[in-house]
Amino acid sequence: MLYALVALLRRREILSRTTLPIAGVAVTLHFVALAEAFRAGGMAGNPLHQSESLLAFLMMLLFIGVFYLYRTTSPGIVVLPIAFLLSLSAALAQGAPPVISPLLRSGWIYTHIILILIGYSALFFSFIASVLYLLHERSLKRKDLNGIAGKLPALETIDNIGYRLLLIGFPFMTIGLIAGSVIAQMQYGASYFQDPKIILSLLMWGVYTVMLYTRWNSGWRGRRAALLSAFAFAAALSVWAANYFSGVHRFVSR
Amino acid sequence: MKLQLLGVNHKTAPVEVRERLAVPEWRLEEATRKLLQHPGVVECVVFSTCNRVEFAVASDTGADLHGFIRDYLLTDVSTLREHLYEHNGDDVVRHVFRVAASLDSMIVGEPQILGQVKQSYAIGKAIGSVHANLDALLSRAFSVAKRVRTETAIGSSVVSVASVAVELARKIFGNLQGRSVYVVGAGKMSELAARHLRSHGAGTIFVSNRTHESALKMAERVGGTAIHFDQLYRTADQADIVITSTGAPHAIFRREHGEMFMHRRKNRPMFFIDIAVPRDVDARMSQVEGIFVYDIDDLQQVVEANVSDRGREAERAEKLVEEEVARFKRRMQSLDAVPTIVALQQRLEQIRQSEVDRLRGRLGKLSPEQESAIENLTRSIVNKILHVPITTLKGFSGSDQLASTAELLRSIFGIENDASQWNGASGVTNEEASKRLHQRQEQSLAIHSDENEVAEPKPGSRH
Repeated sequence: MLYALVALLRRREILSRTTLPIAGVAVTLHFVALAEAFRAGGMAGNPLHQSESLLAFLMMLLFIGVFYLYRTTSPGIVVLPIAFLLSLSAALAQGAPPVISPLLRSGWIYTHIILILIGYSALFFSFIASVLYLLHERSLKRKDLNGIAGKLPALETIDNIGYRLLLIGFPFMTIGLIAGSVIAQMQYGASYFQDPKIILSLLMWGVYTVMLYTRWNSGWRGRRAALLSAFAFAAALSVWAANYFSGVHRFVSR
Repeated sequence: MKLQLLGVNHKTAPVEVRERLAVPEWRLEEATRKLLQHPGVVECVVFSTCNRVEFAVASDTGADLHGFIRDYLLTDVSTLREHLYEHNGDDVVRHVFRVAASLDSMIVGEPQILGQVKQSYAIGKAIGSVHANLDALLSRAFSVAKRVRTETAIGSSVVSVASVAVELARKIFGNLQGRSVYVVGAGKMSELAARHLRSHGAGTIFVSNRTHESALKMAERVGGTAIHFDQLYRTADQADIVITSTGAPHAIFRREHGEMFMHRRKNRPMFFIDIAVPRDVDARMSQVEGIFVYDIDDLQQVVEANVSDRGREAERAEKLVEEEVARFKRRMQSLDAVPTIVALQQRLEQIRQSEVDRLRGRLGKLSPEQESAIENLTRSIVNKILHVPITTLKGFSGSDQLASTAELLRSIFGIENDASQWNGASGVTNEEASKRLHQRQEQSLAIHSDENEVAEPKPGSRH
């Protein structure tokens, strides 16, 4: 598969950071790889790893988008290694595909997965942005301009990136969750509500909403916003991890 | 004409030495007069500030400046020798340009030095110690200083503080487009900072001052809105950038104000630039999230820390000075009367010699008295003929009229127009020519010591 190549390219990005063209090539190859995989048999292969790969792809797309809008590669410090790890993990796990639930063949599920993953990427990105915001704010307050503040984009720019991504991610996340609920409702009936993954998802969505609200209403940013988004991010992570505990969301027929 | 400069500055001498040499302001005129009377000095100027004492002279053959220091300041020069620096010719030009442009200052870019140089210049002008050469040099130095100030960011410390303020504001707000600025206390420095921010895109400017009148005036100058001082706390939250420079003994903005502003601004960041001493913004203000406070020391520190930037600006300024030195040199060469004067004298001396030789051939052997009478007579005629052209040339020395006058005289007396030709042919350098000229003048002085009008007066003592 092309994954190995992509992974290799990714690694080089991390080493030399300013290789935006390489990122472009990698993303294109990644897209080709995804399309190939799709044609080869829908979401064949381990769905967890498939979605990892998709997530990496989406994050890279966001990274490039942010660069074109704001001319900054600062998020790359975090995004590139993560995307690399995700696609590496996906690439290494190409082996034996487990039995697939017939559920995964339906069109609804793709909508659900893609929307949710876009939501995840946006959330993650805005988390990175708020961490960078905190770092920058701290160095400005300490009057240390040659450190990190010298390399990061302006405080307000970082803030803007984070906020915009939150705004973009929210509808995707919401619709994705609704789509997921619809599928679950059809499949399992009311009982799906007790599933840990679902509960965590709702919790995450709640935090997301609170974040947007405080931001919009009282302009929370900096430390408080970073804490909130860290919380939302932790929730998202646990949602992701919950795949291993969830009966409903396992995609694998028992 | 030879330029010389002797002096000490903060780099070469500790303050104890500078003190010994320092010429207080009220003695500057007297010192300049004394220097003018020193042997060999044609033009002179004295710079004396807390960081430097310098004596610059223009002379025909050079002047003993060490001797002057010894005689005037009654100080033992031998102990000073290691601290003194001496410049000649182009180095004087370069040095004076650098001093005037504040590149040689302790705080590079501080604007005071230019005023001090101008004062020395005014004194020199008043007592007649500054005319042709030094006038050209100093006038040029002033425009060089102006160029350095306007074309490089090193211009003045005030500007660099303002530019640091802009840089910091950019770090916080990114684009300054449409950001509003609030100036509290209508001072010169805050006005500069506000102007600088505006020139980088900042939008509305509010001005508030305890006396509303000054606020109105400044608002008019910078194109802003004046706001009554008692409205300050009610309106300050509208500004993204607040510049404070009041003379208030206590802080005007305290933490609780900051918290109030942040609440009203929905936590949008706010940047306080406090250039007042004592400070106008309480130190605890910066504990408020989203508020950034930089006082004058912070700004200065950033200025200092911007070594690469400063280095680059200084480099640009030095390059500019170098350019100006070369330009000045070219100009001075075109304005130098000496080559033409020497050529004139050579031409007439040549005629005199040949005529005297012809006369001898006809008259046969002459008594020593007769010989000397003929010599004296012919020399006297030559000198009288040359007197007016030479004084005219000297009078034009350093002015733009010189070139055309010199050309006219050369064509009248049938002298080759190319100055380098006679220079090259006789192997005379400019300096030697000047020396020769001086000797001739002394000769003519010796011969005609009884005839005052022939004696070449030193331009400096004409007044």
